[in-house]
Amino acid sequence: MIQNNLPAIFRDFNPLEDKMLSVIDNEGHVVSKQYMPELDDETVIDAYKQMLYERTADEMAISYQRQGRMFTYTPNLGQEAIHIAAGMNIRREDWLVPAFREMGTLLAKGVTMKEMFLFYLGNEHGGSFQNAHHTLPIAISIGTQLHHATGIAYSVKYQKKDETVFTFIGDGGTSEGDFSEALNFAGVWQVPVVFTIQNNQYAISVPVKSQTKSINLAVKSVAFGIPGIKVDGNDFFAMYLAYKIAAAYTLSGKGPVLIEAFTYRLGAHTTSDDPTKYRKKEEEIEWGLTDPLIRLRHFMEKKGIWNIDPEKLTEEYKQQINQQFLDAEQNKSYPHEDVFKFMFSDMPDELKRQKTEYEQFLRWKENRK
Amino acid sequence: MVKAINNALDIKLNEDEGVVVYGEDVGVEGGVFRVTEGLQRKYGVERVFDSPLAESGIVGTALGMAVSGLRPIVELQFEGFTYPAFNQIASNVSRMQNRSRGKFSVPMVIRFPYGGGINALEHHSDSPEALYAHIPGLKVVVPSTPYDAKGLLISAIESNDPVVFMEPKRIYRAIKQEVPDEKYSLPLGKAKVIQDGSDVTVVAFGALIRECQKAIAMAEEAGISVELVDLRTIYPIDRETIRNSVRKTGRMVVVAEAHESFSVGSELIAITNEEAFLYLEAPPRRVMGFDTIVPLAQGEKYFIISPERIFYEIEKTFNF
Repeated sequence: MIQNNLPAIFRDFNPLEDKMLSVIDNEGHVVSKQYMPELDDETVIDAYKQMLYERTADEMAISYQRQGRMFTYTPNLGQEAIHIAAGMNIRREDWLVPAFREMGTLLAKGVTMKEMFLFYLGNEHGGSFQNAHHTLPIAISIGTQLHHATGIAYSVKYQKKDETVFTFIGDGGTSEGDFSEALNFAGVWQVPVVFTIQNNQYAISVPVKSQTKSINLAVKSVAFGIPGIKVDGNDFFAMYLAYKIAAAYTLSGKGPVLIEAFTYRLGAHTTSDDPTKYRKKEEEIEWGLTDPLIRLRHFMEKKGIWNIDPEKLTEEYKQQINQQFLDAEQNKSYPHEDVFKFMFSDMPDELKRQKTEYEQFLRWKENRK
Repeated sequence: MVKAINNALDIKLNEDEGVVVYGEDVGVEGGVFRVTEGLQRKYGVERVFDSPLAESGIVGTALGMAVSGLRPIVELQFEGFTYPAFNQIASNVSRMQNRSRGKFSVPMVIRFPYGGGINALEHHSDSPEALYAHIPGLKVVVPSTPYDAKGLLISAIESNDPVVFMEPKRIYRAIKQEVPDEKYSLPLGKAKVIQDGSDVTVVAFGALIRECQKAIAMAEEAGISVELVDLRTIYPIDRETIRNSVRKTGRMVVVAEAHESFSVGSELIAITNEEAFLYLEAPPRRVMGFDTIVPLAQGEKYFIISPERIFYEIEKTFNF
C-alpha cells in the first residue's frame, strides 16, 4: 500500500538491494544528475559556510576541552553535511528531537554556541535551548528520544498542525528496543517523523558489524512498513534531497520516513575516548577522502562558484566562536537554588526542608572561616 | 580499584570455564574505564566480548546463560544506563529462582560504575543502590577499596544468586592499595568496622568512606570519637554490626550520596530504631543527596557531600 504512494526515490534506492543515494563523488563530480536538488549558487555557498562554521566550532570546543577549560565534549567532525542539510530543511515550526551529535541542526534551530559551551561547561541552562523553537534538549540516554519524537508527531497530527518532526539516533542506538518500538509506533499511527540514523560506523569502539547482521540500517524500515533510504551522509546534496523529500512526504500525512545517513565519525566518540585503541589509521585516512567539506568545495570549484577564502573565514568564525566561549566561561552564576527549583512546578515541603537545612550548613561554614 | 576488579575477573575466567564477560565496549576496548582491559586477548572472543548496544538485551541474555550452565558477568556502562535493563532485572533476574521454585538459580553478576564527582554529563552521576536493594531477590554490593573490590567480586561471581555489583567510579583510580595476587574472597552481607570509636557511629559505603575518614579527622580534633562502619553489602544488610556499634555509641549518622528519601539511609535509621532505640542519645541523622537530579559540573559542588558537611552533622549529633 505504501509502495504505491511512494516517491520514486524510495524505489530507486531500495534498501533491500543495499543501494545508496549519492549525488556527487569525492572529487565533486556530479554522478547522478537527476537527483541534484535545485539550489541556487547562494544557497550552496551558504551551506558550505554553515558546515565550515560547525567544523570550526567543533575543533575549538575540542581544544577548550584539552586546555582543561571545558568538560567532556561530543565532537561532530565529519558529519556536518547531515546536520546542515537537515537544518536547511527544518522550518521554525518543525520539531527537532536531537540525540547528542547534531550540532549544526541545533544551530540552525537558533541554538547559539554560547549555549552549547555553557552546557559542556556543566550548566543546565546551556542545554535548555531557550530560544530554539520546538527543540528538545540533548538526549544522552541512547535511543529514548525516538519515542518522544513519535509522541510529538501524534500531537501534531491530532492538532492538525502543518509540522513535521526531525529526530536522530546513532548506529549503535538501533540495537536498543526503543528504536524498533518507536518505528513501530510511528508506522502504526502514521505520524510525521523523519527518523535519521547517523551511521558513523562506530558506537564508541564497537563497529556496526557487531551491532547487526542487516545489510544496512535503512532496511530496518521494511519490517515496520515505512519507507526507508540509505543516503551518502558525506554528500551534502544527497542529504539535502533526502530531507526535502522526507519532509514533504511526512507533511503530506503519509506517515514516517527512515533515513540512514551513511557517514564516518572522523573524531572520537567523546573527548574521553581514544579511537586509536580500536581502529586503524588507514581507515581514518580512507574515510577522510570523503570529508563532506572537501567534497562540496571540489564541486563548487568545478562549477566556478567557489568564492570563499576558507582561512580568512575560519579566522573570522574563530573570533566569533571564541567570544561566545568567553561569554559562557564568564557565566559563573550557578546559585544553589538552581539545584532545587526546577524539580517541580511547586516545590514540595520535603525539598524545601532539605534546602533550608543545606542553607544552615552554608551559614555555619561561612561563620567558621 | 580498576586493576583489582580486572584481577578478580581474570582469576575467575581462568579457573571457571563457565564464566563469560560481556557488555558494551568490553571486548576490544576493555571497557570505557578499562576494567576488562586485556581479558579478551587472554580468553578469546567467545568468553569476553562486545555486545550490541542494548542494556535490556545484555541483562536478559545473561539470565538465559545463567539458567543454562554459565556464570555471566555483564557490564553496564554507567548506572544511568541500567534503567533500560530495569525491566529484566526487576521482572526476571530477581524472580526466576523463586518463580521456578528453585529449579533454576541465577548465578550472574551485573557490574556498573556509579556515583558523582567526576564532572560528567547527565546520567553519569547517579547512586541507584536503593532501587536495586529494594528489589527482592537481588544482592547488592558496593566496595570502597581495591582490596575489598577483589574479594567481594570473587564472592559475587561464586554466589548462586544474582548480584548487582556497584563500582564507585570516583575512586576507580584514586585509591592505591597493595592487593595480593592470589585468590581470596570476602563474605557478602558483612559490614566492616574500619575504625573503632565511642561517641558517634558513622555508616557509609563506596566512594564516601574516604570523605568520612577526612571528616573523622576533623571530629577527632574537636574531641569526638567516631566509629566508622563500611557497609560493603547493601543487601543483605549487616544488621548485627549496626546494632553493636549504635548500642555502643548511642549516636548514628548515615553518609551516602543517593537521594535521601526512601534510601539506604532510611533503612539504616529504621534498623537503628528497631535494634538500639533505648540506647540512643540523639536522633539518627542522614547526610545524603538532595531529592534532586544530580547537577551538572558547575552545580555539583552543592550536591557532592564534603568532609566538612559530614563533620558538621557529626558535631551536631554529638552536641544534641
